[in-house]
Amino acid sequence: MSSLSPEIVLQRIHDALPKARVELLNNPSPSGQHAIRVHREDVLEVAGLLKNDPELLLDYTSNVTGIDYSDHLEVVYHLFSIAKKHGPITLKVRTGDRAQDVTVPSLTPIWKSADFQEREAFDLFGIRFEGHPDLRRLLMWEEFADFPMRKDYVAPDDYEYEPTPHGSIVQKIQAHSKHASASSSTNA
Amino acid sequence: MNFPGSGLIKGMWVTLVNGVGSFFDPQRSKRLITEQYPEERPKLAEASRSFPFLIFDNDPEAGIRCTSCKICEKECPPQCIFIEQDKDANGKLFRRPKVFNIDISVCMSCQICVEVCPFESIRMDNIYEMSSYDRFGSLVVTKAQLLKSNEYYHGIHPTEAATTDARIEAARIKKAAAAKVTAEKAAAAKAAAAAKAAEEKAVSEKAEPPQPEQTA
Amino acid sequence: MSFPPHTSLFNEGNGAGAQTLDVSLGPQHPSTHGVFRMNVRMDGETIVKLQPVFGYLHRNHEKLAERNSWLGSMPYTDRLDYLCPITNNWAYAVAVEKLAGIEVPERAEYIRVIVGELTRLQNHTVFLGFILGDMGSWGSALMYAFREREKILDLFEELTGARMMVNYMRFGGVRCDFPVGWLEKARAYIETYPAFLDEMESLLVGNEILLARLQGVAPVTAERAINAGLSGPVLRASGVDYDIRKVDGYGIYPRLSFRVPRGEVGDCFDRFMIRLLEARESIKLLQQAFAQIPAGPIVNPVVKQRGFKPPVGEAYGRIESPKGELGFHLVSEGGEKPYRYHIRPPSLINLTLLEEMCLGSKLADVMVILGSIDIVLGEVDR
Repeated sequence: MSSLSPEIVLQRIHDALPKARVELLNNPSPSGQHAIRVHREDVLEVAGLLKNDPELLLDYTSNVTGIDYSDHLEVVYHLFSIAKKHGPITLKVRTGDRAQDVTVPSLTPIWKSADFQEREAFDLFGIRFEGHPDLRRLLMWEEFADFPMRKDYVAPDDYEYEPTPHGSIVQKIQAHSKHASASSSTNA
Repeated sequence: MNFPGSGLIKGMWVTLVNGVGSFFDPQRSKRLITEQYPEERPKLAEASRSFPFLIFDNDPEAGIRCTSCKICEKECPPQCIFIEQDKDANGKLFRRPKVFNIDISVCMSCQICVEVCPFESIRMDNIYEMSSYDRFGSLVVTKAQLLKSNEYYHGIHPTEAATTDARIEAARIKKAAAAKVTAEKAAAAKAAAAAKAAEEKAVSEKAEPPQPEQTA
Repeated sequence: MSFPPHTSLFNEGNGAGAQTLDVSLGPQHPSTHGVFRMNVRMDGETIVKLQPVFGYLHRNHEKLAERNSWLGSMPYTDRLDYLCPITNNWAYAVAVEKLAGIEVPERAEYIRVIVGELTRLQNHTVFLGFILGDMGSWGSALMYAFREREKILDLFEELTGARMMVNYMRFGGVRCDFPVGWLEKARAYIETYPAFLDEMESLLVGNEILLARLQGVAPVTAERAINAGLSGPVLRASGVDYDIRKVDGYGIYPRLSFRVPRGEVGDCFDRFMIRLLEARESIKLLQQAFAQIPAGPIVNPVVKQRGFKPPVGEAYGRIESPKGELGFHLVSEGGEKPYRYHIRPPSLINLTLLEEMCLGSKLADVMVILGSIDIVLGEVDR
C-alpha cells in the first residue's frame, strides 16, 4: 500500500482552504502516524476537501474514537482511501472543555460510517455532534445519565449480592445491605 | 440435468446420505460424532486447560513451591487470585502462602498466572466437572484443594512437566555451581588471611624471640 | 376484549402510525446472532422503519483495558468476536507492535497465518450453518457445519490448550510452538476440507428455495458501501476490490499468492457465495504456508511481555478478520496500562446500512439480511 504522508495532506488543505486552522501533531511512537488537528469550526470544510480532492480521495472513514483528556475531549478519525489504496490519515478535533462546551460538528453527512461511532462517542464520553441525523445513546440505555468512559466516572457500588465476593467488594456490599454475610471468604 | 426442483432433490440426497450413513459409519468419526457423555468421556488433548492448581514436591506443607510473591495475583486479568503471606513462629513474614484462594466463578482460564510465575509453582489443571450446588461458598477454591503433587502434574501434562523439571534441575545445578564457586572463593580468602596472620606472627616472633620461662 | 392503546417503539408518543404494527425483534431470538434487538415498524409484512438497539452485551471492555496491563487485555480480546478469537488477538498484537515498533520473527508470522486462516475457515463454515438456520432449516445444515468446525477446534485445543478462548498471540510473536505431530494433522485435515465444501455446495447452491430467498435481496451499491464504512466480505460482495491482506500487506501475506473474490450486485446471494469462495482461497493460503514455514524463534526475545511499557504515542493497527476490518486504536502514555484502548468493530460498522437494506423487504428477509452481514454481538457491543 502506498502511504500518504500527512504533510502532503496539510499542504493540500493550505492550498485549497487557506483560512482553515490546521496543525500537524507529531506522534513520538514508532508508528509514525502523525495526526492533523483541525479546529472544530473548520472541520466540515476540511472533511469535504479530504473526501473530494482528486489527489487524496479519502472516501472511507474507518474508525472514530473519543478520548478524554483532563481539560478537553477529543474525537479522532482514521481515514483511508479505497480508490487510491492509501492511508491512514488521522484527523483530530477538540472540544472546548469537558463540561459545557462539548459540541463538535458531525461528519456523518460526509461519511455515513461515522453514524454509529459518533453515537458511541456521545454515549460514552458526552461529546455532542451537531448535525448528526439521530444522536442517541448507542450502548447504554436511554435513561442512563452519566458518561462511562470518562476518567472521572465513578461506577455505582450498590452491587447485587455476588456469589463469591472478596475484600473491597464485601465492604461495599456490607455498606449497602445489613443482611449480606462475609462467610464466603475462607482461610485455607 | 436441470429441471425445476433438481437443486432441492440434490440437497435432499445429501441429507439422506448423511442420515442413513450415520447408521453404518464404522469409526463414528465421519457422520455420527455425538459423544454420549457421561458414559463416554472426551479424550482431552495434552495441552487442554481449565483452572489453575499449585504444585508441591513430595510434601504438601514443606514442599510447596509457591513463595507468596504475589506476581500472579497482580497479573491476573479478572483479579480472581487472593494470597496472604504466612508468618513464622516469631511473627516474621515467611515465604509461603497462608491463604491462596482462586475464585473459579471469575477465573477465565487465560493461563497468564502460569506464564508469569517465577517459581514454576502454578500450572493449569484440566478437570472440568467442578459445578456445585452451593452457590456461595464452594466456587472459591482454597489452598488445600489447589495443592497437587508433581506426579499428578506429570500425569496430566507429561511434556510440559518434563520441560519444567528440566528447567528446575538446570537452575538448581547452576545455583549449586555458583554456590561452590563462592564457597571456594571464601575458603581461599580465609586460607589466605590465615596464612598472612601466621606469617605476621612468625615475623614478629623472629624479631623478638620468646623469653624462656624463668624460675624464681 | 379491548387492546391497550397503540404505543410506538420509536419514541413518537401514542397513536402514531396506527395502521402499522411495531414489533420488537427482541434480544431473545434464535436468529439474531446474539442478544441483538431491532425495533421494526411494518405495514402488513413490509418493513417501513427499522432501528437496531445495541448494548445488551456491553461489558465495557475498553474501560477494563485501562485497568489491566497491556498483556492482561489479551484474554479479553478473545471474547470480542468470540467465534474467531485468534484474529482478535492478532489485531491487538499488530496494533501494539505498530505502536512500539516491534519486529516479529518469520516463523511466528507463518504460524500466525496458519492459525489465522484456520480461523477464517471455521468462521465461514459456521456462517454457512447459521444462515441456513436463519432461513428455517431447523439446524440440520447447522449441525453439518458444526461437525466440521469441531475438527478445527480440536486442532486449536491441541495447540493452545483451549478450543476457543485461546489467548495465543503475544507482542512480537505467538505464545507456544506446534506440538509434535500438529502440522501433519493440520495438513491432513486441509486435504479433507474441500470435500466438505463440495458437499455443502451441492446441498445449497443449486437449491431453488435458497436462490429465491437470497438473490436480489438487499443489494448495496459500491459507493454506498464505501461511504458507510462496510468492510470484509460485505464490501467485496458489492464489487469493491479491497482486502486488507493485499492492501496493507501485513505479516507475510505479500509472499503468498491468493485471489480476492468479488461480487457483482451486493445482494445476499453475493455475500453468501463470496464466503464460500474465500474459504477456498484460505485453503490455498494454508497449503502455501505449510510448505514454506521455516524453523526459528516464535517470539521476539527482546520484548518483555509482563511489565510491557510501550513508548509514548498512539497507533491504529488493523487486520482482515473474517468479519471485516478489525482495528485497534491505542494511545499510550508510556505506562504499564493503556491510556485509551478503542476497538474498531467490523460487525457494528457493517450494520450501519441495516435500515436502508431492509426497507421495503418482508419481515422474513430481515433475518436473511442480518444473517448475510454475519455479525457477532461480542464485537458489536464489546
